[in-house]
Amino acid sequence: MKKLLSGNEAIARGAYENGVKVATAYPGTPSTEILESVVDYKDDIYCEWSPNEKVAMEVAIGSAFAGARSLVAMKHVGLNVAADPFMTLSYTGIKGGLVIVTADDPSMHSSQNEQDNRHYARFAKVPMLEPSDSQEAKEMVGEALDISEDFDTPVMLRTTTRISHAKTIVETKERKEKEVPEEFEKNPDKFVMVPANAKKRHPEVEKRINKLKEFAENSSLNKIEWQSKDLGIITGGVAYNYAKEVFPEASVLKLGLTYPLPDKKIKEFAKEIKELYVIEELDPFLEDQIKAMEIKVTGKDKLPLTFEYNTKVLKDNLLDNKDEEKNNEDQSEDLPARPPALCAGCPHRGVFYILNKLGVTVTGDIGCYALGVAPPLSAMDSVVCMGASIGNAHGVELALGEKSKSKVVGVIGDSTFMHSGITALLDIVYNKGASTIVILDNRITAMTGHQDNPTTGKTLMGEDTVQVDLAELSKALGVNSVEVVDPYNLSETKETIESELEKDEISVIVARRECALLKSVERKEPFTVDTNKCINCGQCLDIGCPAISQGDGHTIIDDYLCTGCEVCVQVCPVDAILRVGDSDE
Amino acid sequence: MSKSVNIMLAGVGGQGVLLASEVISKVAMEKGYDVKKSEVHGMAQRGGSVVSNVRFGEKIYSPIIAEGEADILLAFEKLEALRWLNYLKKDGIIITNTQKIDPLPVANGKEKYPENVMDKLEKSGLKVIGLDALSKAREAGTQKAINTVLLGALANEIDISKDLFEKVIKESVPKSTIKINTTAFKSGFEAIN
Repeated sequence: MKKLLSGNEAIARGAYENGVKVATAYPGTPSTEILESVVDYKDDIYCEWSPNEKVAMEVAIGSAFAGARSLVAMKHVGLNVAADPFMTLSYTGIKGGLVIVTADDPSMHSSQNEQDNRHYARFAKVPMLEPSDSQEAKEMVGEALDISEDFDTPVMLRTTTRISHAKTIVETKERKEKEVPEEFEKNPDKFVMVPANAKKRHPEVEKRINKLKEFAENSSLNKIEWQSKDLGIITGGVAYNYAKEVFPEASVLKLGLTYPLPDKKIKEFAKEIKELYVIEELDPFLEDQIKAMEIKVTGKDKLPLTFEYNTKVLKDNLLDNKDEEKNNEDQSEDLPARPPALCAGCPHRGVFYILNKLGVTVTGDIGCYALGVAPPLSAMDSVVCMGASIGNAHGVELALGEKSKSKVVGVIGDSTFMHSGITALLDIVYNKGASTIVILDNRITAMTGHQDNPTTGKTLMGEDTVQVDLAELSKALGVNSVEVVDPYNLSETKETIESELEKDEISVIVARRECALLKSVERKEPFTVDTNKCINCGQCLDIGCPAISQGDGHTIIDDYLCTGCEVCVQVCPVDAILRVGDSDE
Repeated sequence: MSKSVNIMLAGVGGQGVLLASEVISKVAMEKGYDVKKSEVHGMAQRGGSVVSNVRFGEKIYSPIIAEGEADILLAFEKLEALRWLNYLKKDGIIITNTQKIDPLPVANGKEKYPENVMDKLEKSGLKVIGLDALSKAREAGTQKAINTVLLGALANEIDISKDLFEKVIKESVPKSTIKINTTAFKSGFEAIN
């Protein structure tokens, strides 16, 4: 049956068709929809949101050790979090097939960096597959599981945003079951990585990669499309598509298995070709290895190392006779930008408005609330990675000592706190720091599109479960001063932050209010501006709400966008903001 | 590349751009074409500029439309039409909702919404089709149907039957809104007939 599927949906389908029993992930763009689609097959595949990628990896490893086909998915930076188990997993190998999906984000559409995770395959000495469209993404899940079992290795499946989020036509098949052993089969030499055993495993890893090199030479994953031999292109992943379109006459060696490389095949291809290009986004991962084979290529000497490619990037950098005809004039530079902003009714708004007014240093974290850096809120001074806000706050205070007293606040979301904030909070408690941490508890993992987490009381498979209480958890970690506030209430929130900042001990403020986009949140009546009362002072514009705009002599509230959260009402000095219906007009 | 049809959709987060590109893609697939559709999720959707690329034809490689490659720009807001103008081919077509939505820097009074946007679009020399999709959507029953109004306008400009569009729309929208969306689609189709 033919379906239009995104790369992520296709990977989920691939897991289903190829007998995967356990699938785990922590949400992260552009990988999130993989597990959101696996849940459609929950009768056959157990799936879960783990608290972070390291745990997701460890669960999948356990499942693969026990003999079930397993899949774990994450965004590129998630593999940094999971790198510890991943590196040793290469030594142990598996029993049931294990696929690790890493979804990279060239151009950083929704990420803090654009690291090229292909290096992880070489680093860990595990094979890596890269699809060029959704059909391949689905098939490569099956290929990866077969390679995993045939060579006793985990296998990386690396996508990029334009594979994960592009929809292309996929032919689906039925599921093939894979049997799981009755019990855990003991094999400590292989699975218990104490030094004595690890020493035995490392030579096996080296033997394995040599065998995989042989496999790569004959695998149909690496195929040559012979055409004109004047120009040859070695490419893979999404870049294959751009190469095919810009150079339709060229011969192409399309690498589906991009680690380890088929040296002989590459040399044979290069021998026949007059001029050879290597076309790959980001780092010269293929190019460096091909150059080490003493083959002359054109690649990063002409093509950029940064951002994703498209056909124009290839034309501009590789074609001599560029299209002389000019395109329609680009007028976008003179236009006002339309940056993303915290939504109307976003519970984070009040907290950032107050932090801005207090003029404190704010160490931030990964989530919707990173938008707190944007004007007019402009209340964030650092964002590094998941969970960094808390350690960063402690570090700033250590560096500045007394000078920073009552001036540093760390902000972190509920899901991010679960992910990797807990240990950092423990650090401050243990080492007697005095930071003020605000947990922006909007009751969901919002940025990636509303996934459940240990604080929401629901599992990925839709079951009710325990609901971690962030205030109680903080107390259990040893924080004495824990407050819960409603961030829609500005005066309460401001007073609490101020009094906690004064204290000489670590304090945690849980700012609790549901994400305004949650379906369960009831929308209140919207507000309107009483134009007779409005003095056009612009204070309501300082909260940066998309529903409020500057009108002619007064501000205007868009009643379609307004959720009735009342934050603007509290900043208006002349009580000119009224509920629709309560207006005198 | 002349064999493929490249449609770029541009709008503001929350306007239903992605559902519209989904409908176009499914219509093209049912018609028997190879199809690729691409957009970015995550951060960009929080009220920011949203762009979706749909390409169909005998064989499609690239999932994205590069500058100067789009046949049609289907804009959900007129400033967004102007922003993405350079992605059109020299003989491309702009279909735009004439609605104005202030970006946050404009709403804050920090920047000005450009004047005479429609005139600027006309001056590009491209074929420009403007329609008030917001009013038409409201007339059909909800502001949310802007996307189906614009699909109606688009259906006039591509070589795929209106009936196939209607069929896919019925399959793609929530059951309770089928009537509203069908009305909205028709009003968009008739608006430029």
